[in-house]
Amino acid sequence: MFYREAGQFKTTYQGDQAVFPVFQDKVAVILVILAAYAVPLVADEYWLQAIFIQFLVFALMAIGLNILMGYAGQVSLGTGAFAAVGAYACYKLTTNIEGMNVIVAILLSGGCAAAVGVVFGLPSLRIKGFYLAVATLAAQFFILWLFNKVGWFYNNNPSGTITAPPRELFGVLITGPSASPEARYIVCLTFLIAFAWFAKNLVRGRIGRNWMAIRDMDIAAEIIGIRPLQTKLLAFAISSFYCGVAGALMIFCWLGSAETEAFDLANVSFRVLFMIIIGGLGSIGGSIMGAAFIVLVPIFLTNFPPMVGLDISTALQKHLEEIIFGVMIVFFLIVEPEGFARLWQILREKLRKWPFPY
Amino acid sequence: MEFLESILVTPFIEIWESPYYFIELVLVGLSTGVLYSLVALGFVLIFKASGMFNFAQGAMVLFSALTLVGLMEHGVPLWAALILTVATMVGLAFLVERFMLRHLVNQEGLILFMATIGLNFILEGTGQLMWGSDVKRLEIGIPDQPFDILGGKILLNTFDVTAAFIGALLVVSLAVFFQKTPMGRALRAVADDHQAALSVGIPLKTIWIAVWTIAGIVALVAGIVWGAKSGVQFSLSLIALKALPVLILGGFTSVPGAIVGGLIIGVGEKVAEGFWGPALGGAIENWFAYMLALAFLVFRPQGLFGEKIIERV
Repeated sequence: MFYREAGQFKTTYQGDQAVFPVFQDKVAVILVILAAYAVPLVADEYWLQAIFIQFLVFALMAIGLNILMGYAGQVSLGTGAFAAVGAYACYKLTTNIEGMNVIVAILLSGGCAAAVGVVFGLPSLRIKGFYLAVATLAAQFFILWLFNKVGWFYNNNPSGTITAPPRELFGVLITGPSASPEARYIVCLTFLIAFAWFAKNLVRGRIGRNWMAIRDMDIAAEIIGIRPLQTKLLAFAISSFYCGVAGALMIFCWLGSAETEAFDLANVSFRVLFMIIIGGLGSIGGSIMGAAFIVLVPIFLTNFPPMVGLDISTALQKHLEEIIFGVMIVFFLIVEPEGFARLWQILREKLRKWPFPY
Repeated sequence: MEFLESILVTPFIEIWESPYYFIELVLVGLSTGVLYSLVALGFVLIFKASGMFNFAQGAMVLFSALTLVGLMEHGVPLWAALILTVATMVGLAFLVERFMLRHLVNQEGLILFMATIGLNFILEGTGQLMWGSDVKRLEIGIPDQPFDILGGKILLNTFDVTAAFIGALLVVSLAVFFQKTPMGRALRAVADDHQAALSVGIPLKTIWIAVWTIAGIVALVAGIVWGAKSGVQFSLSLIALKALPVLILGGFTSVPGAIVGGLIIGVGEKVAEGFWGPALGGAIENWFAYMLALAFLVFRPQGLFGEKIIERV
C-alpha cells in the first residue's frame, strides 16, 4: 500500500537512472543513514567497540571482495593479506611522515594495497576458478610471512605489533587507544557510506558492466571487445583498495594494535567470504547485510548461554559455537543460496502488492 | 647485491659441496610428500565424483583420527577401533548426503565449496567436543627406527618407508577403482554433470555416499599416518592447507597428479627450507608451496595432469 512505484513518473533520464528510483527507497536509505549516525547517542562503549565498529570495518571489506568475486567473478582468498597491506602501509605512513593527515594516509595505504592486489591479480589471466582461489592463498601466506619477518614493516619494535598512533581530525582525536569510540565509529561509518555509494555507482556504469561480462563468460566478453587484462586487474585493484582501507581502519579505529595474526585466513579471508556468500554475490547492499549477520552471530552465540542462565565451560562453548555456526552456514546455503540480497528482493515484491494478493 | 648472491649463488654452491645433505633432504621431502599426497587424494576423489571442492577434507582427517584414538583410549582394541571408525565415516557419508548434498544438487561450485567450509566447522567442533582437544599419542605399531643406506652417509626411517608404501598401495587401488570398475565410470560421469548423470540413470545418492565413504577412509589412513608421526591434535586439520598447493600443482581431477604434486611440493619445500631458508629468514615452508604451485600454474593453468581446459563460447 505504501511501497510502490505507481504514479512516480520520471521526466528526465537522470531521474530514470537514479540509484534509488523509487521514492520510498530513497527515504528509507536516508533514514537508515541518519539512524546510523545517531547510534552513538544510544549505544554504550562495549556495543560500539565490539559490534558496530567491527561491523563497519568488515562491511567495507565485504564490499571490496564482492566487487572482485560477485561482479568480476574472480575468486579470491587473499582478502586478509590485502587488508594487512593497508594496515601496515598506514602504520608506516603515519609514523614516518610527520603531520600527515590520517585520512590521506588511509587512502594512500588503500593505494598500496591496490598495487599489491594488481601484482597478485596477474595470474588471474591464466588461472580460473578454484585454481585461482588457491593461487590467491599464495598472497595470503607470503604477505603475512613478509610482515612478520622484515622488521622494517613494524619499525623494528621488539613486540612485533603495530600500534595506531593518536591522530586528530578537525581537532578531534580519531585514532589510537585514547580516541573515543564515538569518534572512531563516525569515521568508519563515513568511510563505509562514501565507499558503498562509490561502489554502487561503479558497478552500474561501464566498468561494472565490463566486470559482469567477464564474470559471465570471459571468452565471449573478450570477443565483444572487452580487454580482459585491464578489466580483471582493475577489479583486483579496486577490490584491494577497499580491503586496504578497511584493513587500515581495522588497526586505526577498531583494534588499536595488532599482529599479523589478526589478518590470517580464518580471521579475515574466510569470514569475509562467508559474508558475501550469505549476503549475496553481486550485491552491495547484500555485502552489508552479510557482514552484519556474520559479525552478530558469534557475539550472540557467546552471550546467549549466560543470558538464559546456562553455565557451561569455555572449551565446550567454543566447540558448540563452531558446530552451530557451521550448521547455520550449511542451512542458509540450502535455503537461500543467493543470500540476503535475494530475500530482500522477494520481500520488496511482496511489499509492492501488499495487502492485495495479486 | 649480497642478498641476491645469498639467494642465487650460495645455495647452489652448498648443494654442490654437500650432496649427501641434499639427498637426505630430498628423501625427507619425498616422505613428507607422500603424506601430503594422501590428504590431497581425498580432495581429488570428491572433486572427481561431485565437482565439489571439499574443504572439509582436513577436518575429516582430524575427525577420523580423533575417533580412532578416542576409542582406543577407552580400551577398545586396535582392530575393533578401526572397524568402528570406518563405520563412523560411513555414517558421516550418509549424513552428509542426506542433510547437505541432496539439497545442493546442481548448485554452483562456489556454493558447494562454502557448504563444505560449514561442514569443516561442524566436524572440527564435534570431534573436539567428543574427544577433547589435547594432543594424543597414536601407537599402532609401525616401526620407527632409523637405518643407513649408501654406507652410512644417509639416514632413513622405517616409518617413512612404511608410510610411502601405504600411500603407494592406496593410490594403485584407487586408480584401478576409477578406471576399471562400473562404479568408477559412474563417478566420473557424475563429476561431469549432475543432471546429465541423473538422466541416464546413475543413482546419484548411492554414488555420493560411496565417494564420501572412500574419501573418509582415505582421510582415516592419512590421519593414522600423520597421527602416528606427530600426535593427533587440532593442527591435523590444517594440513588441508598444505594439500591445496599439491592439488593445484597436480590438477584437481587427477589421482596421479595428487601423488606427483605431493612429491614435488614435499621435496621443494624441504630443499628450499634447507638451502634458501637461512638467507630468507626461515619459516618459508608456509608459503613456498603456494609460490611453487603458482609458478607451475602460470605455464599450465590446469595443473600438471589436469584435464585440458577447453573453453567454448
